[in-house]
Amino acid sequence: MNYLSLIVLLPVLSFILLIVFGKKLGDKAAYLSIAAVGAAFGLSVKALLDVMGGAHADLSFTWLTVGNLKLTFGLLLDPLAGMMLVVVTFVSLLVQLFSVGYMHGDKRYGWFYACLSMFTASMLLLVVSPNFVQMYMAWEGVGLFSYLLVGFWFEKRSASDAAKKAFMVTRVGDLGFGIGLIILFITAGTLDMSQVFAMKFAPETASLIAILFFFGAIGKSAQFPLHVWLPDAMEGPTPVSALIHAATMVAAGVYLVARAYPLFEQGPAAMEFVAIIGTITAFMAATIALTATDIKKILAYSTVSQLGYMMMGLGVGAFAAGTFHLMNHAFFKALLFLGAGSVIHAVHSQEIFDMGGLSRKMKITSLTFVIGGLALAGIPPFSGFWSKDEILLGAFESGHTAIFAIGLLTALFTAFYTFRLIFVVFFGKPRGHHGDHVHESPAVMAVPLMLLAALALTSGLLGSPFMGNAYQSFILGGHGEAEHHINYLVMGLSIGVAVLGIFGAWLKYSTSLLPSNVMSKNNIIYQLLVNKYYIDEIYEFTLVKPTHAIARYVLIFDQRVIDGAVNGVAWVVARIGGSLKYLQTGYAQNYALVMVISVVVLIIWSFRAIQLF
Amino acid sequence: MIPLSYYLILSGVLFAIGMAGVLLRRNAVAVLLSVEIMLNSANLNLVAFSRYIAPEQASGQMFALFVMAIGAAEVAVGLALILMIYRNLQSVNLDQFNIFKW
Repeated sequence: MNYLSLIVLLPVLSFILLIVFGKKLGDKAAYLSIAAVGAAFGLSVKALLDVMGGAHADLSFTWLTVGNLKLTFGLLLDPLAGMMLVVVTFVSLLVQLFSVGYMHGDKRYGWFYACLSMFTASMLLLVVSPNFVQMYMAWEGVGLFSYLLVGFWFEKRSASDAAKKAFMVTRVGDLGFGIGLIILFITAGTLDMSQVFAMKFAPETASLIAILFFFGAIGKSAQFPLHVWLPDAMEGPTPVSALIHAATMVAAGVYLVARAYPLFEQGPAAMEFVAIIGTITAFMAATIALTATDIKKILAYSTVSQLGYMMMGLGVGAFAAGTFHLMNHAFFKALLFLGAGSVIHAVHSQEIFDMGGLSRKMKITSLTFVIGGLALAGIPPFSGFWSKDEILLGAFESGHTAIFAIGLLTALFTAFYTFRLIFVVFFGKPRGHHGDHVHESPAVMAVPLMLLAALALTSGLLGSPFMGNAYQSFILGGHGEAEHHINYLVMGLSIGVAVLGIFGAWLKYSTSLLPSNVMSKNNIIYQLLVNKYYIDEIYEFTLVKPTHAIARYVLIFDQRVIDGAVNGVAWVVARIGGSLKYLQTGYAQNYALVMVISVVVLIIWSFRAIQLF
Repeated sequence: MIPLSYYLILSGVLFAIGMAGVLLRRNAVAVLLSVEIMLNSANLNLVAFSRYIAPEQASGQMFALFVMAIGAAEVAVGLALILMIYRNLQSVNLDQFNIFKW
């Protein structure tokens, strides 16, 4: 299994080479990075095939020993890791291909690819971590490179602000993760996953640790109440958004929960907590997406909502469904983001009401986008349906009726906002002033779209009854039976709400059947949604403003007291030196005289000391 | 034979004369000459001690030779410095040369 380390090291190598030679390579920088991630993708596929063949790897070596803390570094390959390796490298590969066209001519082209490489490498390291410390390191690496990429156009004030926000908000969650690690180490004495998962914890301890871990996931996977960074992170280049939303950044939180699932299962309270937070997130983000008008913001809130769905699935015990949705979502969300990138590239606007009728001019983009939209809305046989249905089924069967109901409602909203976006952007009459120069994107951007569309169509079938629930039995890897029964009620409801949502969107945005005053913009609910439940404002008033106020007083203390003390010492020394400098006459003979007198005094003094006279 | 103390007294007097010259003369060339007097008083001391304590080894004489060689080198450097001072100040008076001052 030696090639496993190569999967992580190849992008790292590309990062180092690009850092050193990026400027010289110019446009060729992309090929180096693409070659590295392409090779990593090939090896990941091999790893996945090996896992399917029953292989399992858990290698580690001692990295450092401090007291009774022994830190190891290693590689883990199991079905979950194998699946994620392929998803991450594949999406990263396509995003990098797409960026060749999208980022063409950018002045920091090499640096962009260097960051993409290292971003991918961090995520891959996270995926193959066999212990929590290594995972935490990779976790922070993902955070760092997302910061660099979101703030890639840091000349723009809003971009650098968004990058800082992303970094700091996720840091709040990371703090919980870090504390969880410490508590886990104190109680278990090890941070090695295989050892930890073999242990038996008291339910309270397990819940506490699991909830603390979940705080990390709340930050990284943009769950309520720390979701605020993700929509702002749209300031980064669109391919970066695709990568963050599909494979690398936000998937990390879901992956953490999935990875630490044995721990969560021992703490029922933690599972409930995950399910509730996931449900709140899914519902809230979906409703915000209803009123957003920026194409990337809609997709961003849709990501938040879908991540909530995954957490909901994991929380109600539908482990396979949650990770299955993670995989499907990676494909169709990457597709939607790259499609949005293609649209933005052509129209040079992100406002959906500036667009319209693009389907006539951008055939490939609109076709693939519609496929992605169908997958997101959950229409069979597109991928999103199969996993979303399973999550709802899991909620239904585990007796979480309220969660199930909210999940259904969320699915309705999801279908509605997705097709609102599609009808407004791709159909109807052209709006705005983009005129005739709209054109299809170059092949290097179109091909990734088509590949992802193919996957958005098919990846769901892997977990469908048609293929005998192949995905579920694979990911559960023998333990835990891949029990499956088709619940036609849930399935029917799930399809029903999706169709209803699409129909509603068609009625409102594609026809003039409804009078235009339906869904007026003057009611409280609309204001609440368009202002994103005022969560940013709440943070502004409860956290940011008080912190600034305190900081101002601390600043005064720093300037007056601490700086005062330091400057005071310097002032005293300067004054003493200033007075003593007048002793210096500058005449060499004066110095010689002082020297002679001193020598004479010394001689007399030493002679007296030995009593010569 | 002349007693050793005669040589030592002569050497001490020479040293005092040289030191007075170094400390008191204005002219830089005279200061340099005074330094030479001090060096030679030390040489006299060395040779005298050598002659009276270990006459067969002549090590004091060797020391004196070294001191002369080094003194010659020192004069070369010193004269060069004085020349530079003269070029800058049009004078070799040390009481005009106080650029060490703050």
